[in-house]
Amino acid sequence: MINLEQIKKEIVESQVWKSIFRHGYEDTPRNRVLMVTGNVWMHLHPAKVRKHAVRMRFTWCMGGLTFLMFLLTVVTGIYLMFYYRPVPQYAYADMKYLEFDMPFGMLMRNMHRWAAHAMVIFVWLHMFRVFLTGSYKPPREFNWIVGVLLLVLTLLLSFTGYLLPWDQLAIWAVTVGSNMARATPLLGHEGPFAEFVGANPIYDARAFLFGGGDIGPHTLLRFYILHCIFIPLVASLLMAVHFWRIRRDGFSGPPL
Amino acid sequence: MAQAEETSRTIVVDDKIHTWPHLVRGEFLVTIFVMVAMTLWSLLVDAPLEEPANPARTPNPSKAPWYFLGLQEMLVYFDPWYAGVVLPTFIIIGLMVIPFIDINAKGNGYYTFKERKWEILTFFIGFHILWVVTIIIGTFFRGPGWNLFWPWQRWDPHKVVALTNVDLPYMAGLRDYWLQAGFGLFLVLVYYVLSTWLFYKWVVWIKGKEFMIRWGAVRFAITSFLFVTMMALPVKMFLRLVFNIKYIMVTPWLNI
Repeated sequence: MINLEQIKKEIVESQVWKSIFRHGYEDTPRNRVLMVTGNVWMHLHPAKVRKHAVRMRFTWCMGGLTFLMFLLTVVTGIYLMFYYRPVPQYAYADMKYLEFDMPFGMLMRNMHRWAAHAMVIFVWLHMFRVFLTGSYKPPREFNWIVGVLLLVLTLLLSFTGYLLPWDQLAIWAVTVGSNMARATPLLGHEGPFAEFVGANPIYDARAFLFGGGDIGPHTLLRFYILHCIFIPLVASLLMAVHFWRIRRDGFSGPPL
Repeated sequence: MAQAEETSRTIVVDDKIHTWPHLVRGEFLVTIFVMVAMTLWSLLVDAPLEEPANPARTPNPSKAPWYFLGLQEMLVYFDPWYAGVVLPTFIIIGLMVIPFIDINAKGNGYYTFKERKWEILTFFIGFHILWVVTIIIGTFFRGPGWNLFWPWQRWDPHKVVALTNVDLPYMAGLRDYWLQAGFGLFLVLVYYVLSTWLFYKWVVWIKGKEFMIRWGAVRFAITSFLFVTMMALPVKMFLRLVFNIKYIMVTPWLNI
């Protein structure tokens, strides 16, 4: 006869189990606090929050959902990276391969793209909500600035990803979007006062962005690295600051 | 201040609740709901993939990604150096300075329209009208040649639109090149000086002299510059759409 209770007790009290899980699961105030403070993921939260800050009516859940969309694009993006080569000869063929031959390839690509769009919308709504509740007011001014930087990075993430399918939509949308850089005052070759700086088509702000005078293989590689490594890394660091500051400064709310 | 301290001393309310389970439960449920929605959407709607990139074939219209279409729409009214570079920079800086120019202590952490009517209305003009509406126009109402089309109208690539726009100094009867440039510069300066003066009067009228002293010269200068610059966009749109005015200021280096 197997004694399940005895086995459970043996496991839960073993050295291995205790080295991973520091506390029990009984519903006690102490355990409720430990669930948050003893867990690296959960401790993004404070152990206790003010009641109104939990209401969806107040937060619209938009900040959290923006983060969820970021995580979703990271997971689906890593899946896509296994099958995609950022080289013009292969990029478009890899997209087709991904769509028609890879298990769940189409689903992963769809989720990646729609989550990216959703992230842009959610981050705007998050900014709108934070403005409406005046949550940028002292002592949270700095976190609003970090938030604006994250908003810009979200747009840049989405924009750099736009080029990667290497289809007509991709290169022409990025061409139109980047042509502005040609007109940067002083630094773009079509911009005001460029002649005083000596900016020219292959040596100006847009060429710096593209890695050359026109969209080409260098641009694809450049955008790929910006999209998959550089911007996500910077955004992750800023997100860490953003979340940490929310904890430090406390959730906004009406004065008691 | 003394009153606020007294209130916080007399009313001792602990309105905090445990993050686990109250907040985490909500986050978990919303995550499940949104993930199901994203999965269904991604199963039903495929991400677009057009024909392979071809730098020799420019589609008409070439549109930037939708979240930048507001900026592309502004290209109708301003040159790229301004609509594509200077204005976005002002938008980002303008967003960042919000916590420092808004000294209204009310409305911190709760929804209120009455207590911060003008702040919210300004944000509404900037975000909802000038940013979101231009994106909607750029996305749904612009066709070949960046001409206006109704969403249900067929895109006619041969649509003829007469180019009847005239520069304002030319319209005023000035034919000499330098006189035109000087007149344009004068008009732009008049716009800024007059609008700043009006903005000052308006703020004093609404919020009172005492507020203006508390606000300070630096905050006023930054706010009025950003506000007047923001309002220059609808002013220019009005001049273009009603009087067919192309530029207000024409110089060898830049046009406004």
